[in-house]
Parts: sequence; C-alpha cells; structure tokens
Amino acid sequence: MGASMSDEGGTPYDGLTDEHGEDHRWAFGTGFTDPLEGIDTSVPHGMEAPELAAYCLALGDDALIYSHRLQQWITRMPELEEETALGNIALDLLGQARMLLARAGSIDGRTEDELAFFRAEKEFRNVRLVERRDEDFAELVGRLLVFSTWRLALFDHLRDAADPVLAAIAAKGVKELTYHRDYAAQWVVRLGDGTELSHERMQGALDRLWPLVDELFTPRAGDLADPARLRGEVDVVLDTVFATAGLDRPDGAPLAFVGGRAGRDGVHTEALGYVLAELQSVARAHPDATW
Amino acid sequence: MVSTAWDIAATVPDPELPMLTLADLGILRDVDETGGRVTVTITPTYSGCPAMREISHDLQHQLRRAGYDEVCVRTALAPAWSSDWITAEGRRKLAAAGVAPPNPAGPARGPIPLTLTPRLRSVTCPHCGSAETVETAAFSATACKALYRCTACAEPFEYVKEI
Repeated sequence: MGASMSDEGGTPYDGLTDEHGEDHRWAFGTGFTDPLEGIDTSVPHGMEAPELAAYCLALGDDALIYSHRLQQWITRMPELEEETALGNIALDLLGQARMLLARAGSIDGRTEDELAFFRAEKEFRNVRLVERRDEDFAELVGRLLVFSTWRLALFDHLRDAADPVLAAIAAKGVKELTYHRDYAAQWVVRLGDGTELSHERMQGALDRLWPLVDELFTPRAGDLADPARLRGEVDVVLDTVFATAGLDRPDGAPLAFVGGRAGRDGVHTEALGYVLAELQSVARAHPDATW
Repeated sequence: MVSTAWDIAATVPDPELPMLTLADLGILRDVDETGGRVTVTITPTYSGCPAMREISHDLQHQLRRAGYDEVCVRTALAPAWSSDWITAEGRRKLAAAGVAPPNPAGPARGPIPLTLTPRLRSVTCPHCGSAETVETAAFSATACKALYRCTACAEPFEYVKEI
C-alpha cells in the first residue's frame, strides 16, 4: 500500500481521507474482504444446508470466543516470547473463526460481522470451556492444551468432510493447531515437572478445567466426527502429556447441563456476557462504521 | 499473453516478507487471462493472515498499471499452503536477508506427532553459516517464523517454520 501511494506522489496521510475511494486504507491490516472471496460456497448434494451452517457456526464461535480470551492476556504475559506466541495463536484462531463464520453465513445469508458482532449471548454456540477467564498462567496453558488437542483431532477428521469448504478450512487449521498443541503441551510439562509450587498450580488448573471437558464430546445431531472415537484420540494425547509432566488426570464431575442444554444450545456460563460486551461494544456503538 | 500477466503478478512483493515476491513465497496459485479479463488466484499462508487484502490491492494496482483494466483476485483454500512451496530462489533471498529458510514439511496426512521438547531441526545460521543453532521461541513476530540463536556467532535470527 505504501508503495502504491508514493507512486502517485501522495503522503502517508492521504489514506486517512475518503478521497481515494475503496483502494486506500488508513493502516496495514485494515479493510476486510470476505475471507471466502471467489470460493464456490454451494452446498454439496446430500448435505443438509441448515445443519452444515449450524456446525460451522459452532466451530467458528469456539475459535472467536477463545481467541478473544487469549487476546486478553496480551501485555500480561511473563515474557515477550510468550506474548508473541500467544498473539500468533490467537490470530490463527481468529482467522479460522472468520472463515467458519463466513461459511455459515454463506448458507444462511449473513456476513461474518453480523454473526460476530450482532448476535446475543444465547445465539452463540461455543462450548463453555472457551468462555472462562484464566485464573493464572497454568490455567492458560492447561486450557490451551485441552482445546487445541480436541480441535486438532476434530479437524483431522473434518479434512474428509463432504463439504469442500469446511474440509479446506480444517486442512489448513490442522497445520496451525499442531504448533498450538506443542506449545501448550511443552508448558504443561515444564510446570508439572517443575518446582513443587508450579506442579501444584498446574494440577490445580487442570482440576478447575476438567468439569468443562465432557461437553466437548457430547453427541449431537449433525456430528461430522464420532465423539467417542474423538475422545479416545484426545485421551491418548492428554495422558501422554500428563504422564510426562507427572500430573494426575482429574476426575471431577462434569459441569451439569441446564435442562439437557449447554454451550452448543446457547446456554452459557456468566463469563460469556463479559466477553461479548467487550468484543461487540465498538461495532454496536457504530453499526455503520467500516474498518 | 497468460505469461505476461503472470510475470507482472509474480513480481509483486509480499507485504510481510518483502524480500520475497508472491511467486517466491508460493502463494500465487494461478493467473488466467480470458478475453481481456485477468483472474489471479492466491492462497493464504496462515488462516489469520492479515495481508490478504493488501496483496489483493497490490496485484490489482500493478496489473492495472500494466494495462489490464479488468482484474479479479480470488482466494483458494485447498490445497493448504505449505512452506515447501517457497521456491529455491525464495530460499536464497530469505537467507540473504538474514532469515533461515524452512526445512521440508512432514507428510500432509498420517498421524500428527506430539512434540514435548523444542523441535530438533538442522538450521544453519544465515549470518555465519554455523549449524550450531538453538530455537529460543516457537513463535516470532509472525506465526510463520520461530526465533533462533546461533551459538557460534551469538546472533539471533528468525527461521521460517515448516508447515
């Protein structure tokens, strides 16, 4: 962008005005286009369109809400290297969220912005695991380990989804999630196998998280991967990490559903409202703004 | 004629790795010229790549300047970008700019290995050529790079991760 402006003899501030039309933006990374631009979004024969849209929306919501929770750690991390790691992981997840929301929206006629910024709490379909604020660094890496292990196993199956758009998003995500899982697993081992204090904090974090794990494997209509098989794959990875770290797999009871409903049905913990208030406030205050 | 539009698109630099062109980086997938209309297909390196719009604008700008009035830039997600697509020329340019080029990526399918210690890679220091290097962080200023340090010349450098 800088090069194109200097070619025309302008200054870097020219982009701040509207005179240059759509082609110029005020800063790098601003100005969004449909992340599925030019991609065939017709639903394959034999697939239920509303079911596919709901499925993509749920996976997109998981990534959107969790990315926001990770972003809240920025400026609060113990070292710069961990901050860049977390920023990049959050950005990968935000990218996955954008494509998945756009995929859902391509079916039911809504834009990614409408889905992210103008839905109410009960319309979000994310699992409850991603809503909570981490109490400490141990909980951050513990939650990231559970989330990325589960999502990686799921996306590995979705590479073969009948919908080519979802399959492509999953295939791309697998490469990213592999790095996320390694990052989290290495920290869980370091803390679990570290000092007496770090071990205690890591075990405590897992104990707090564990009630939210069962929900990830609750069978639902329209599942594109068998939850029981997925749980087996996830358990193998988590058990390997826990054994290396000298940590015990927690056995706390799952957080109860409410009348048989939980995150995927729009029934959330009180934590989600706070995330959405922050995530949506600017878009709702300036509904016609572009950026 | 196709080769002409391709040649122009291929010389557009990547906004985040400006020492590389879109062709060097392997994200330029196709340039089709039909009846005066040019359709350029690009693929993102990572899902959250914030540069896709910039790349699209740069492509449109450069092709219009070359006399192509009707330019369309579209995204392709499959197959997913691999660091293996960075060309030999791209690898030379990265090293010359002080960034170590990626090792070969693993197989696209099959079991996904869990790595509980920093990945063991053979990475050559782009400053002094020593193979005595260690990873200091798995992520860097962008998701596509890791941070390394050379134990021979003590200089830090970035490494483009295999993906």
